[in-house]
Order: sequence, then structure tokens, then C-alpha cells
Amino acid sequence: MTTHETELKALMLASLDGDGASHRALLERLSRRLRAYYKGKLAGIGRDATEAEDLVQEAVLAIHIKRHTYDPAEPLTPWVHAIARYKLIDFLRRSRASFADVPIDEADEIMAHDDNVSAESTYDVRRLMERLPKNMRCSIEAVKLEGQSIAEAAQRCGISESGVKMNIHRGLKALAALIAQETRT
Amino acid sequence: MKTDELVAALSAHIEPVNRKVISRTVYIALAAGTAVALGIMLVGLGVRADLMTARALIFLLLKLAFTVGIVGVASVYLIRLARPGGERRTSSISALMPFAAIVLLAAISLGLAPSSHWNRMVMGDEWLECLLSIPIIAIVPFAVIIAAVRRAAPTNLVRTGAFAGLIAGGVSAMAYALHCTDDSLPFVAVWYGGTIVLCTLAGAALGPRLLRW
Repeated sequence: MTTHETELKALMLASLDGDGASHRALLERLSRRLRAYYKGKLAGIGRDATEAEDLVQEAVLAIHIKRHTYDPAEPLTPWVHAIARYKLIDFLRRSRASFADVPIDEADEIMAHDDNVSAESTYDVRRLMERLPKNMRCSIEAVKLEGQSIAEAAQRCGISESGVKMNIHRGLKALAALIAQETRT
Repeated sequence: MKTDELVAALSAHIEPVNRKVISRTVYIALAAGTAVALGIMLVGLGVRADLMTARALIFLLLKLAFTVGIVGVASVYLIRLARPGGERRTSSISALMPFAAIVLLAAISLGLAPSSHWNRMVMGDEWLECLLSIPIIAIVPFAVIIAAVRRAAPTNLVRTGAFAGLIAGGVSAMAYALHCTDDSLPFVAVWYGGTIVLCTLAGAALGPRLLRW
């Protein structure tokens, strides 16, 4: 087992227990791995590497939204790789490329390289958020973008605290769907 | 938006995650689907009148063993397939076991009977009703199971859809067995087995459309 696997899995387990700092560290480290992975894949099939950042963010968002699907009894690398590859194939299908071009790859590939040149994605999250229903938008803005507590957000949006949590959860899913639509070329 | 900003935003106010949520959701869906299937059978078709005779009970138990076997094995696979990469550690071979068993038993039973009885043993009285009922009763359980799996993250949508269809077909056949009065092994193998396979194929065809995330 590699050191990456051991360290990242520890971060993942802490993140599943609700530790925000571990969650952040995990997503930061995974986003660097994902960037290298996607740049390599897109270059390999002759696509523009600038699309890599959109894919990195889609995958990061998916890892966040779907983190309850990770089975702690299993290693983390294959789980991340499965999501990364699924999002790559989905992206290529949306952009009408042939996904048969994507060569089979091994799970370890996802952890193979690091690329920390963080870039801007091609879509504008703030603009996409305007298309979300009011309560979802308000909850995500308050808690996720401005760092308010759940209680503060509940007061600001005029809904219950459990309503804020539910609206964040649904809102992020809706946002992920909007991003997928947006990157359809 | 920069990826760093996205990561920071996603990490604000993280909630602990329930790790059992996938299997629990699938089992709840399975229970709900079974209840609906039984309800439709009771209201639409009714339980067979001779249920309390020994012969009817033996065949009912046999049909239930076949269908419950299918549902039991397929549920375990579905929960694995619902997770990203789950298909990598799932070979679907043992899902075929109940089918292999019923086909083998049907063949033995045909072998023991004179060939003049074969047509009657395979076609029974109500093959058309069976052919229509099982897929129709399977619709609601299928929808409920798909809704449960959509909350997870399958990465092989064809296979996951197929297993959702297989379970829905199995649940439906389980309910239909309480009504069905055709008691012969070849009938069960052909019409129960065949319609459940149909449900599986429909699930495989619909999976990529219904399960995308």
C-alpha cells in the first residue's frame, strides 16, 4: 500500500466523521492528483488540456456529494479512480467525443502524479447559482461561500436548520447537474 | 471559479456521514417494492383459492425459494454495484445460480414425464397471464429500487440497471406466485425465469438513462 493511499484514507475517514480540516486537506490533495490525471488523459486523446480544470472541479464536487458511497473497509484509491474515470467518460460523451478512445487504466494511475497549478474553470459558479431555487441558493451562499454557521444561515434564509442542511445537499447536486450542462460543448 | 475556492467552499461546515446509508436505502426500497407488489397482486389478482392444500403449498414454497433466492443474491450485488468501482469486485456469476437450479429441476421433471405431457407442463393454463403480470407488477418495485440506487453512485450503469431489473422481476414473481395456480417445474422455469430475464434486460437498457449522475 502506498503512502498516498494510507494518508489520504486517514483523511477520508476523518472527513466522514465530520472533520472539515481533513475534508479540505483531502480535497486539496485529490484535486492535484486529479489535475495531473485529467491533463494526461485529455492530452492522450488529443483534447485541449484547458478542459482539465472543469473536469477536476466536477470530480471534486462528485467526491464531496457522493462521499457516503465510500466503503471504509476498502482502499480509497480505486474509489477515487472509479469516480474520476466515470466523470471523464461522462464528459467525453457529453462533448460527443468517442469514449472508446479512453484506454483502460489502472486505479493506481490516479495517484501517480501531482499537478498543483490551480486554474480557473470555464464556467462561473456564481452565475450558475442564480438558477438554483431561492432556499438552495441562500443556504449555499451563507454556509459554503460566506462561512456562516448553520444557525445563522437558517435565520438569514428564513428556514429551519435541518432545512438549511437539506437545501445545501440538494443545491450542490443541482449545481453539479448545471455544471455538467454548462460544459456540454 | 478556482478549484481552491471550490474546495474551501465544500469544506465549510461538514456534517458527519452515515456509512451504512446505501445498504439501508436499498433494503428499505426492497421492502417497499415488495409491499407494493403484494398489494397489486392482492387487489388485482387475488391469492390462489387452493392455497391450503399440500400440493399448492409445496409448489408455492418452490416458487418462493426460486424468487427469494434471486432477490437475495441480486440485492447483495446491487449494493456493491451502487458504489463507485463496485463492478471491479463483482462477478455476477452466482446471480445465475437460481436460474441454473430451476432449469435443471425442470429438465429432470420433463425427463421423468411422458413426452405427451410436455406441452401441457410447459404452457400450463395461464402462461399469458404470467407473461404479462410479472413485468407489470415489477414496474413500481423497479422505480423504487432505481430511486434508491440514484442516491448512491454506480459507475457501471448497464450492469447496475440489470440488477435493479432482476430484483424487481424477482420481487414481482414472488408476489405473483401467491396467485399462480400453474404447478409444474417447466412452467416456472420458462415463464417465471423468462419474464424475470426480460425485466433484467429492460433494466440493463434503462440503466444508463436512469442512473446517470
